[in-house]
Amino acid sequence: MLKKATRYDAIVIGGGHNGLVNAAYLARAGKRVLVLERRPRVGGAAVTEEVFPGFKFSMFSYVVSLLRPEIIRDLDLPGHGLHILPLESTVTPMLNGDYLAAWADHDATRRELVRHSPRDAEAYDEYGRLMHHMARAVKPIISMVPPDPTSLSPRDLLGLLRLGKHFRGLGAEQFHALFKLMTMSSADFLDEWFETDVLKATKSASGIIGTFLGPRSPGTAYVLLHHYMGEIDGVFRAWGFAKGGTGSVSEAIASAARNFGAEIHTDAPVARVLVKGGRATGVALENGEEIRARVVVSGLDPRRTFLQLVEPNELPGEFVDDIKRFKFRGSSGKVNLALGALPNFTCMPGNGPHLRGAVSISPNLEYVERAYDDAKYGEFSRQPYMDVVIPSLIDPGMAPPGKHVMSIFVQYAPYNLNGGWTDAKREAFGDAVIDTIAQFAPNIRSCILHRQVLTPADIERITGLSEGNIFQGELALHQLFFLRPAPSWAKYRTPVRGFYQCGSGTHPGGGIMGASGRLAALAVLEDGV
Amino acid sequence: MLKHTPFYPRTAPLMEGQAWRRWAGYVVASSYELLHDREYHAIRSSAALLDVSPLYKYLITGPDAERLLDRVVIRNVGKSKVGQVLYTAWCDAAGKVIDDGTISRLGEQTFRMTAADPNIRWLHLNATGLNVTIEDVSESTAALALQGPNARVILQQLTDADLTALKYFRLTPATIRGIPVTISRTGYTGDLGYEIWVDAPNALPLWDVLIEAGTPYGITPCGILALDVARLEAGLMLLEVDYISAHRALIESQKSSPFELNLGWAVSLDKAWFVGKAALEEEARRGAAWQFVGLEVEWDSLERLYAAVGLPPRLPTVAWRTSVPVYSGGEQVGYATSGCWSPLLKKYIALAHVRSEVARPGTPLAMEVTVEHRRKQAAARVAKTPFFNPERKRA
Ligand SMILES: Cc1cc2nc3c(=O)[nH]c(=O)nc-3n(C[C@H](O)[C@H](O)[C@H](O)COP(=O)(O)OP(=O)(O)OC[C@H]3O[C@@H](n4cnc5c(N)ncnc54)[C@H](O)[C@@H]3O)c2cc1C
Repeated sequence: MLKKATRYDAIVIGGGHNGLVNAAYLARAGKRVLVLERRPRVGGAAVTEEVFPGFKFSMFSYVVSLLRPEIIRDLDLPGHGLHILPLESTVTPMLNGDYLAAWADHDATRRELVRHSPRDAEAYDEYGRLMHHMARAVKPIISMVPPDPTSLSPRDLLGLLRLGKHFRGLGAEQFHALFKLMTMSSADFLDEWFETDVLKATKSASGIIGTFLGPRSPGTAYVLLHHYMGEIDGVFRAWGFAKGGTGSVSEAIASAARNFGAEIHTDAPVARVLVKGGRATGVALENGEEIRARVVVSGLDPRRTFLQLVEPNELPGEFVDDIKRFKFRGSSGKVNLALGALPNFTCMPGNGPHLRGAVSISPNLEYVERAYDDAKYGEFSRQPYMDVVIPSLIDPGMAPPGKHVMSIFVQYAPYNLNGGWTDAKREAFGDAVIDTIAQFAPNIRSCILHRQVLTPADIERITGLSEGNIFQGELALHQLFFLRPAPSWAKYRTPVRGFYQCGSGTHPGGGIMGASGRLAALAVLEDGV
Repeated sequence: MLKHTPFYPRTAPLMEGQAWRRWAGYVVASSYELLHDREYHAIRSSAALLDVSPLYKYLITGPDAERLLDRVVIRNVGKSKVGQVLYTAWCDAAGKVIDDGTISRLGEQTFRMTAADPNIRWLHLNATGLNVTIEDVSESTAALALQGPNARVILQQLTDADLTALKYFRLTPATIRGIPVTISRTGYTGDLGYEIWVDAPNALPLWDVLIEAGTPYGITPCGILALDVARLEAGLMLLEVDYISAHRALIESQKSSPFELNLGWAVSLDKAWFVGKAALEEEARRGAAWQFVGLEVEWDSLERLYAAVGLPPRLPTVAWRTSVPVYSGGEQVGYATSGCWSPLLKKYIALAHVRSEVARPGTPLAMEVTVEHRRKQAAARVAKTPFFNPERKRA
């Protein structure tokens, strides 16, 4: 029960990692903050749950790559238990029994590439350098409030000017590359660099994660860059596997927020935002209780934030239309396995170091594109692209001694499946995943003790992510930057005064990044709570 | 010829990059894998197995064993109980530190002393007229450090000794699957951990059972590079890196007193007599001119220095061991002797000798960094050590 008398400066709806970051920054600035989370635990899509006794899973998101270093520092997350362990390698088994590996050691990776193509091995370093420059060019953007190019306010103009200068500083060659990245498909972009099919397939796969696009769809090249951004923080080493699963990232942020004085309530679903005279005055919980605050911040996705929490008549019609058009189209599923023994991959038999890294099921470009074809026509991929990790080999505490957990991120599984998702369809999807892995690791079935299959419909049901989109809305170019989630409302403010948005559905977007939560807090503070 | 430790037949095949280094006349692993990352994280996240056999080890026995040690070292050995381990330093007559190490009280009249440098001559010099035997058991005793949060569960499976009852800096005789050993709750990582002392002929079977029992708990053989990062996080100093032995120093200013090394707490001025007592009494009255402190280099400052040349900050993922000037208001007030990027704390940390006036935690200082061949100063702050001090270390 909440103390009714308490008057909060801010209520944050949703204890996803962004909501928690938001609350922590507001509390750090001395504000009285209350976080209301619908589920029994905080974290949203970044949660660890003991799905089967003794077996803990990062149920949804499983690697940390983009968590902003400034947030780690400002909130002293290591002091609150964050420990990121290296996830060092990626191995892609091929259909002919061979494999492609990228190891932590640069020379080892080069030697491996030479095996496939001496030319690509050389190109690899040059490509890496270019992507480094590109990522550095784009990086400031993810830590800034997106300036609105249609606005004439001095603020926006100055922001645009700074960006313009920044991009001019890139030089012609890099500017052109950036333009290509913004417009090309990841497959086409990679074709300009490499000849090894399995290399292109594996790299382009990172460009399609969380989108309803294939490696040959224009615009996917940009997402390649999004993933390189984690790598330039490489020196800071925010890339890897969070000890205790991704839930421990959320727990560390929650602990920091509490330490600054924020209150966090779980099992507290919010029904709607109270609005009076065009201004948010508090929230009503589903149990009818009303709590007042000077501002309300939503960490939910744009659809829930604007179409569920607020009465439509409080919002301009045009804006409501924009939000209705905001694309979710969840396309990913997750299979979590409890294992009694380790899988034995035909291409690399035994318990080698490859099992401690990622195993990418992306044997060639056509394979990945065909996986997309199934989804285009409303089916899950019979042979999906998968990113497989065994966290218990990196952090043994995730499973009972000698046993293991396997996390399988799967694409494509369309939210709008022909005939809709049913229990039978879910199991069929799970079977397709296991059958596909069995092609590369024939003993997998005998290793499995328990299996959890999560379809986009399950992701939506459990986390609240609309249509199961893992990023609170697709990371497509028309939904990024000053367009996320809608033109003119990309700066964390909303048409309702005192009501803010801080989830991944705002700039700079999805992933365990925390940037939206932080930038939204700065916006709230700037407006003077 | 450099020597191999008794674990060499097991460690050698693990050496992916043949990255051997020297330690007290032995070769040991810098890192087994090509990069030391995983070995470091094992210390903090699961369990690391380190071959620490090259330590100098002396068995000191006899009716006057306690008296000898109390004459030599700064701590009060007479007050220690059987089963206790003392970390201590020892000084020359001028009260300057010669070496530091541990003294384990194995029995009323039996002690094992570990040291970074050979100290047999020094012990003998101070044993005149005492009824004591000093035996160098460096080669006959092998030692493994098992360090990290899973160290206890791993070890407990293998022994009847009650490890939960074994407190920090205590030891117990035990058998590990039938192998007689001494287990001490000590280490150089600042984490939960144990050191296991074994007769050299039993070294290999001990290694094998530990690996076997530890594998489900993520046991990882670990080299010196990883240890170096962990000991910095723990704020632990290293002879010949962070300070120079009074026996090796060529000039007076190279020497340090225990007070200057942050070891004032260990100086037992209430003891009747020990080497250096008079000088240390005098220094205690006067106050030490220098302090040995932790430094945290400030990220924003580092980032600015690198941004000026168009680079993201370069961080020392391998600990450096050189002397680096430390400034206050443009004037040099000391020097850092080792430092590294802490992968756990996400901080650039260093250990430094600074003038006492600027030694208080929080004092803003500057440390020299070389950015693209040019000397710059990065803002730094005096920090409390240990930088990392998990509850499990003592729990
Ligand atoms: C299967 C999957 C795999 C992923 N893999 C990765 C990965 O490996 N790496 C990575 O960086 N990112 C990954 N992501 C993306 C990443 O997890 C998300 O982008 C991010 O966690 C979203 O965080 P958020 O705080 O913005 O929103 P959310 O996590 O969606 O948080 C919203 C919160 O609001 C709560 N809520 C909803 N409705 C209400 C209400 N009415 N009242 C109160 N509370 C409410 C929800 O329960 C939830 O806790 C993955 C996502 C999924 C689903």
